[in-house]
Amino acid sequence: MDLRLALEIVSLTDSGKVRSHNEDNITTDNQAGFAILADGMGGYNAGEVASGIAVTMLANSLKTALSVGLPDQDPGLLVKSEIEKTNGAIYQTAQSQPQFSGMGTTLVCALFHDNRIIVAHVGDSRLYRYRQKGTEHSLFEQITRDHSLLQEQIDSGMISREDARLSSNKNLVTRALGVDPMVDVEVQEHEALPGDVYLLCSDGLNDMVGDEEIQLTLSVLGTNLELAVQRLVQMANDNGGRDNVSVILVRVLRHFPARRGFFAWLSAWFKK
Amino acid sequence: MAKLIITLDGLLLSEFELDKERITIGRKPENDIPIDNLAISGEHAAITIFNNDAFVEDLGSTNGTLVNEQPITKHVLHHGDEIEIGKYRLKYVNVEELGSKIEAHEKEAHEFEKTPTLRPNQIPTTLSGEKPTSDMMAHTIPLIMPEAARRVETTAAFGSTSAAAAESHAVIQILNGQNAGKELDLTKTLTSLGKPGVQVAVITRRPHGYFLTHVQGDHYPIVNGQPLDAHPRQLADHDVIELGGVKMEFYLK
Repeated sequence: MDLRLALEIVSLTDSGKVRSHNEDNITTDNQAGFAILADGMGGYNAGEVASGIAVTMLANSLKTALSVGLPDQDPGLLVKSEIEKTNGAIYQTAQSQPQFSGMGTTLVCALFHDNRIIVAHVGDSRLYRYRQKGTEHSLFEQITRDHSLLQEQIDSGMISREDARLSSNKNLVTRALGVDPMVDVEVQEHEALPGDVYLLCSDGLNDMVGDEEIQLTLSVLGTNLELAVQRLVQMANDNGGRDNVSVILVRVLRHFPARRGFFAWLSAWFKK
Repeated sequence: MAKLIITLDGLLLSEFELDKERITIGRKPENDIPIDNLAISGEHAAITIFNNDAFVEDLGSTNGTLVNEQPITKHVLHHGDEIEIGKYRLKYVNVEELGSKIEAHEKEAHEFEKTPTLRPNQIPTTLSGEKPTSDMMAHTIPLIMPEAARRVETTAAFGSTSAAAAESHAVIQILNGQNAGKELDLTKTLTSLGKPGVQVAVITRRPHGYFLTHVQGDHYPIVNGQPLDAHPRQLADHDVIELGGVKMEFYLK
């Protein structure tokens, strides 16, 4: 299945204004239809290694699986099991090589399949959906929920959403790849509509730029994703750029039903 | 180096570097900034530079001196303050203050938490480093208070550097067509111009200025007769932008 005509994907990653190197890693494939973003952590260059392994390994295994097609397999399960395998590989590396001990990475992955988006994430890297409502209004929603100490505190009512912005333990994640031999991957599935713009980002964006500003950028620069992605990174840096910042934007250009035999395909085609 | 930007009815007349200890403004030609206008007294006002602080004082002029639309006799100038003498406006620009203010903002926000009862007599020493006289106190205390209030505002805003952009305020005024004369305040970080689907450009507000960028369409916007390329262009006061046959002027208020 080739999704090149159905998806427009642009991405940008930047080390920010304070950090000397970039521990984020991103990869996108608009033919196979996926986007992956990882934000590594750990001393020296270990963070880069963890996010690098995560992105490369997951991209390769997804590409291989998608090239043979997904006949009956649930794509959500496929993504989940591939991320678990990736976790194992990072964990093994961290255990076997002392210079990588303690490394880990967050991950957010979006896979587009059969008019749906499969979102898998671990940690505090996010996926948002921008959806136009009529000509005037738009909806900008955070689809993933951070696996972070702060989010847990919000959920349990210990801290209000307003106070959360000022909290000092923003960056403590409760789940990450490579830290334990097993990982709990959160997978969701949503309908993807033509016109939707999906935004994947590391916390370097959402810590520095408010949701309203991101939404404004997408509504004004939505016609030019290349410019929108540059502007988002620029805003994070203008506001201080305290962390690495990575952004991937995916626009759904048209429906992309999977082919399931001729009749199913034909009926799906007529429904368009 | 601080400077004054002198404008009349929104038109830039000149810029004046504040490189002396005392600068006088008035109608007589021997003033440092002579302004030949009947509404202005012979010796109208003076600016005194002290360390990196500037003070403006009215020299008993007939029509008075305003700062930010308030009549004053003496006033400590802050970056962005606008002195009004007759119909002339002199904007005080101090880039160094802007930088140190952002640092001070974080430091002071911290100190505020520690010392909730800040006594007034602690304030003036930080302003000039000299022991304040009771005469000075009377002026400095009310000046400090709005300043502290402004800092509280900036903590609420997202990111401390946004304070810089909030200080200056830019406007687009349409020069021709049926909307001629209409003004558009550039208060948002991103303002789009043009017709969607035909030609669109945006003005982005950044800490160090305003930038025009082409977004959509075959034709690029024209600034002062020069077409833009794919790169953003920083806008200067009174630049004329042309977009789809509509001319508009960018200026700072």
